[in-house]
Amino acid sequence: MRLPAVIAKRLGYALALLFAVLVLNFTLLYLAPGDAAETIAGEAGGASPEMLAKIRKDYGLDLPFLDQLYLYLLKVVQGDFGHSFYFDQPVTTVIFENLAPTLLLVVSSLLIAISFGTFLGVFAARRPNGLLSQIITVLALLGYALPVFWTGIMLIILLASVIPLFPTSGMDSGPLGAAGFGYVWEVLHHLALPVLTLSTIYLAFYSRLSRASMMDVLGADYIRTARAKGLNERVVVFKHALRNAVLPVVTFAGLQFGALFSGAVLVETVFSWPGLGTLAFDSILRRDTPTLLGILFFSALIVIVANLLTDLAYRLVDPRIKSAARA
Amino acid sequence: MSALLEVRGLSVEFDLKDGAVSRVIDGLNFELAAGRTLGIVGESGCGKSMTALAIMRLVPVPPGRIAEGAIRLAGENLLDASEARMREVRGNDVSMIFQEPMTSLNPVYTIGDQIGETVRLHQGLSRRDARDRAIEMLRAVSIPAPEKRVDEYPHQLSGGMRQRVMIAMALACRPQVLIADEPTTALDVTVQAQIFDLLKELQQQTEAAVILITHDMGAIAEMAQRVVVMYAGRKVEEAPVDEMLTNPKHPYTRGLIACVPHLEADPALERPPLMEIPGVVPSVAELGRGGCPFAPRCAEAMDRCPQDMPPETAVGEDHTAACWLYSATEAAA
Repeated sequence: MRLPAVIAKRLGYALALLFAVLVLNFTLLYLAPGDAAETIAGEAGGASPEMLAKIRKDYGLDLPFLDQLYLYLLKVVQGDFGHSFYFDQPVTTVIFENLAPTLLLVVSSLLIAISFGTFLGVFAARRPNGLLSQIITVLALLGYALPVFWTGIMLIILLASVIPLFPTSGMDSGPLGAAGFGYVWEVLHHLALPVLTLSTIYLAFYSRLSRASMMDVLGADYIRTARAKGLNERVVVFKHALRNAVLPVVTFAGLQFGALFSGAVLVETVFSWPGLGTLAFDSILRRDTPTLLGILFFSALIVIVANLLTDLAYRLVDPRIKSAARA
Repeated sequence: MSALLEVRGLSVEFDLKDGAVSRVIDGLNFELAAGRTLGIVGESGCGKSMTALAIMRLVPVPPGRIAEGAIRLAGENLLDASEARMREVRGNDVSMIFQEPMTSLNPVYTIGDQIGETVRLHQGLSRRDARDRAIEMLRAVSIPAPEKRVDEYPHQLSGGMRQRVMIAMALACRPQVLIADEPTTALDVTVQAQIFDLLKELQQQTEAAVILITHDMGAIAEMAQRVVVMYAGRKVEEAPVDEMLTNPKHPYTRGLIACVPHLEADPALERPPLMEIPGVVPSVAELGRGGCPFAPRCAEAMDRCPQDMPPETAVGEDHTAACWLYSATEAAA
């Protein structure tokens, strides 16, 4: 199948999926116990029953469920995700302010996990019973077993408190911090621990995955062919084997992007990283439903885009996919 | 004629899981002149492919190792060569075609890349020249529309076409020795004949020496001038091809030849039942127990066969066999 056709088809799926996400999230939050009007009134310092009724009427909370859903969807289609009564700003403004830090955290964690994980896996595969293989196995076990928030807290205690190498929380040093390149350095400095926390599990996972995949590929007939050509081991491993071995890693990276995103919620909360995760967490506590719905929508959007990109990347690496439909 | 490739006393050993050592090739001797074809026959698991890998020095180490012997290519002992020197030899002086064309090409690179890679490596050709050479080689192996095929991926080609690509790749640097390890086993019969014709034609053009590894006596009759029969890692018989087919000495060789169905017999005659050799090739763990490894399956086995290893004995002009049937006089002495 031609690439534009594939993209068109995927976009169709994506739209349907986003619609489902919207309806489902709205319904779930509608069903959640608690009264938004009381929360809003609580922010204002309490209110009489008349005030509550007015708030319900102003926010459309007195309408039947389907009417509320219809209004919400209608607004979303127009790009209006509602108004955050906590921030007293449009939800889109609030979300976009928090989007960049989250993407910075998630994407750098993913890139580090994939690149270092694959690198470690490749070297471990060369000696399946060697020391590096054993270390990776243990690391992977730890990575699976340790909860992200616990790892985060332990890292803060060790590397921010006992040995104060890194800041404990936040993304920059506030208004008193540096500007320009100094600011970039500052952000990177703050980024180190959250990324370390978030990427550890996936790094362990990808190293295991690529090790297994690489061992499999190194036994393939075409690797013997490559050796019989007189290629040196470096070319055999990094040109002929790696590109084949990396295929399952690409698949899993796409599939796990969503999981990584939810892992980011925990990490952001632990490190007070000013991203979507922290915002989502706070919005739940504040019963800031419009913001929460907006975050859920944009998270779904990002995961869908990530999956689409994975698909394209896969086509780039593996020529068999392109013509499978054509043949 | 002087030997281009000379294999002397080659032994390959593998460490087994239980700590034992298995000698999968034991004291193998043969030689091969330029432009000639040597057939190596035997059932699966008798060391044919391992012999090929040993000549390329591609025996997986560990668990395997070349224990002793010499492999001389134009006088140079490849077993003494450095790994860097071996990389120069592989693909340039000695190349190999494998049994499985479906899986022997890398699925993620175009066939042009894979053929061109060899000439770029050994002859330092530029990317553009390598591509031209790849097209030229594809044409030489009779692949239609080579200018178009050169940019295709292996999965777009049939099995026979892929084996042609493998041959093109193996011959791209005009090697002195070509090892064809069951090159047609995975292909259907009409394609097999085409591949053999192609190999013969290219051999005449390039004067390459060919080692044809197969279990197909028909292929040997068509391709080879000389035959080595292997069993359980040892050479059991060696002779020129006509002599071998008409006057086989070793009971194993006789069994192999008897197993070939005959089509040229008069169709009016009743067809004799197809022969088989009873039993199976000994497993790797069973090797090296002393005595003739074929003895348990041999209809003519004598008392001494399971105890003593028969030496290689001349059984005719330019014809040797390792069997007590022909060494009786020596043994009595």
